[in-house]
Amino acid sequence: MRRRDLVVGVLAAVAAVVALAFLVLPVAAIFLRVPPGQLVHQLSSGVVTDALIVTAKTSLIAQALVLLFGTPLAYLLASRRFRGRALAITLVELPLVLPPAVAGLGLLAAFGRVGLLSTSIAFTQTAVVLAVAFVSSPLYILPAMVAFEAVDPDVVAASRTLGAGPAKTFFRVVLPLARDGLAGGEALAFARGLGEFGATIMFAGSLQGVTQTLSLAIYEEFSVDFDTALAMGALLVVVSVVLLVFLKLVLSWQFSRRTSGSLFARSS
Amino acid sequence: MAILSADFGLPLRSFELRLALQVERTVALVGPSGAGKSSVLRTIAGLVRAKGRIALDGEVWLGPGVDRKPDERRVGLVFQEYALFPHLSVRGNVAYGGKERADELLERFRIAHLRDAKPRELSGGERQRVALARALARDPGVLLLDEPLAALDAHTKAAVRGELQELLMELGLPTLIVTHDYEDAAALAEIVGVLVDGELRQLGTPRELVSQPADPFVASFTGANLLHGAVELQDDGVTRVRLASGEIVYSTDRADGEVGVVVHPWDVSIGRVHADDSAMNLVQGEVASIAPVGNRVRVRVGPLTAEVTESSAERLELAIGSRVYASFKATATRLVPLGGQYASVRSSPHPPS
Repeated sequence: MRRRDLVVGVLAAVAAVVALAFLVLPVAAIFLRVPPGQLVHQLSSGVVTDALIVTAKTSLIAQALVLLFGTPLAYLLASRRFRGRALAITLVELPLVLPPAVAGLGLLAAFGRVGLLSTSIAFTQTAVVLAVAFVSSPLYILPAMVAFEAVDPDVVAASRTLGAGPAKTFFRVVLPLARDGLAGGEALAFARGLGEFGATIMFAGSLQGVTQTLSLAIYEEFSVDFDTALAMGALLVVVSVVLLVFLKLVLSWQFSRRTSGSLFARSS
Repeated sequence: MAILSADFGLPLRSFELRLALQVERTVALVGPSGAGKSSVLRTIAGLVRAKGRIALDGEVWLGPGVDRKPDERRVGLVFQEYALFPHLSVRGNVAYGGKERADELLERFRIAHLRDAKPRELSGGERQRVALARALARDPGVLLLDEPLAALDAHTKAAVRGELQELLMELGLPTLIVTHDYEDAAALAEIVGVLVDGELRQLGTPRELVSQPADPFVASFTGANLLHGAVELQDDGVTRVRLASGEIVYSTDRADGEVGVVVHPWDVSIGRVHADDSAMNLVQGEVASIAPVGNRVRVRVGPLTAEVTESSAERLELAIGSRVYASFKATATRLVPLGGQYASVRSSPHPPS
C-alpha cells in the first residue's frame, strides 16, 4: 500500500512539473533564443516602432471608448431590473465566445463599404479601434457590473437621503467604491485588446504604420525576420506580466479594503 | 414644532403595509422583525415608492401628482447598520450632508479626534455617533432612526440610550424610531405604536400600552404575562375565567368567550404559603428560573413571570424547583379579546432581534 502511495505521489509530481514546464517553456524561449541586448536592438527597427505606435494609439482610443460607453451600460445593468435585462447581458457576453474571425466578418458586414451602414471605415485605423473595442468590451463590462452590484445599496440610499442627487451619488460614492473592480476589468480588457488579431486582420487589414498592430506585425515578420518577431513578442510578454501583476494587486486590495467584515468574510 | 404626517399604503411581499401616523416630537414603532418597520422609514425617506400622502407641515413630499426624490425630502435617516461611506473619513462622512456644520457636529458628538479615521476603524458606538452627526449635517426636518440600539452590545446600549434620549430632547425634531425592543421604544419615545404584519395594532403612550393593551400581541410585546382562557361567569363586576391549564382566575374586567388574560410581572407576588384571599388569583408551581434585573429579580413560576424585590427573593429562599404560589389581584388582571394571532403570540412572546 505504501509503495503504491509513493508511486502515485511521484507520478503526480512529475505530471505537475511537466505541466508547469510546458506553460513556461514558450515564454522562456522568446527570451532565451536571442540575447537580451539584441532583443532591445531589434525594437528600434521601423516595423516595430510603427507597430508600437499603432498599437498604443488604437488601444488607448479603444479602451477610452470601452470605459466611456461600457461604464454607464454596466451600471444600468447592475442597478436596474427591467424587461430584457437578461437578453442585454447575453448580448454583452457574446463577443467573448464569438470566434474572432466571425467578429471581423460581422464588423465588415456592418461597417464595410457594402455593409449595413456602408461606411468607409474598413481597413483604416478606426477599424482597428472598433475591432479592439468590440472584442475587449465584455471583459470590462462584465466585471464592472459585478463591481457595481457589490456596492451596498444602503450606502447609495444614504447618499440620496443626505441630499445628493443621482449624479453626485454616482461620482462620489458608487464610482469610488466600485473603482477596484472597474480597474481589474479594464486591465483584462486592455490585455485582450493588445492580443487582438483575428477581427483586426479581417476588418482592418495589416498595413504597416496604419493598421498593423504588434500582434499583426509579429505574424507578418516571423517568416521574414524571426528575431524581430521575437523582440515584439518579448515586449508583449513584459506588458502582459505587468497587467497580470496589476490585476492581482487590485484583487488583493479589494479584499483588504472592505469595511463590512460580516458581508465579506474571508475564506482563508 | 413641526409635524410629520404620513398616511400611505405599500404592498410588501406577504402583506400590505398600511399606516396613518402623525409624528410630533418622538414616536416609536415596535414590532417583530418582518413587520414592515424599516419599510415605513424608507417610504417616508422616499427610497420606496408608496401610494398616499406624506407631508412635513405644509410641505408635501408625497401626494397627488407629487413624489419628491429622497434628496428633496428633508429627512435625516440613520440606517440600522449605519451605512457609512467606507471610503470617506469620519469628517468626509459628516461633511457629505453639509459642510457648514460638520466641524460643530464633530465636536458635539465627541468624534472630533476621529476626524481622519475611516469607518472600519471605529467601534459600534462611534459609528453610530458618526451616522447621527452625518444625518444632522444636512439639517433635516425629520429624524428617522432604524433600530438605533440593535447593533450595539448590551454594555454600550444603556449608555447610548441615555445619550440618545438627551439628544432627541435637545433637537426638538419630529422623530420616528423603529425598534423590535419595547423597552427601548418606551425609553426613547412619548408615543409608541405596535406594528404587526404591516398594520398598526395600537398607538399610545407607553403607559397606555401597558395598562390597556388592545390585544394579546400588544400585551405580550410590552413584557406582560399572557395566559389563554375562556370566560365562565360574570357576576358582581367580577369575571371568572378558566385558564387553558384548568385553573380558575378572576378579573374585574368584563369580557366574553375566549380571552387573553394579561398580568404584568410586577403585579405578581410570590409566597410560600397559600394566601387565603378570594380577591387573589393563585397559581401554584415550581420555580423554573431566577434572573436578577437591576435591583429586582424575575422569577418564573409555571406559566407566569413575577418580578419581586431582591430582599423578598432572599427571604423566601427561592431556588429553582421550590414549590411556591404566585398570586395577583383580580384588579390587576386584564382581559383582552383574542384575535387570530394568538397562536403566533404564544410561539414568540418575546420577538427575536
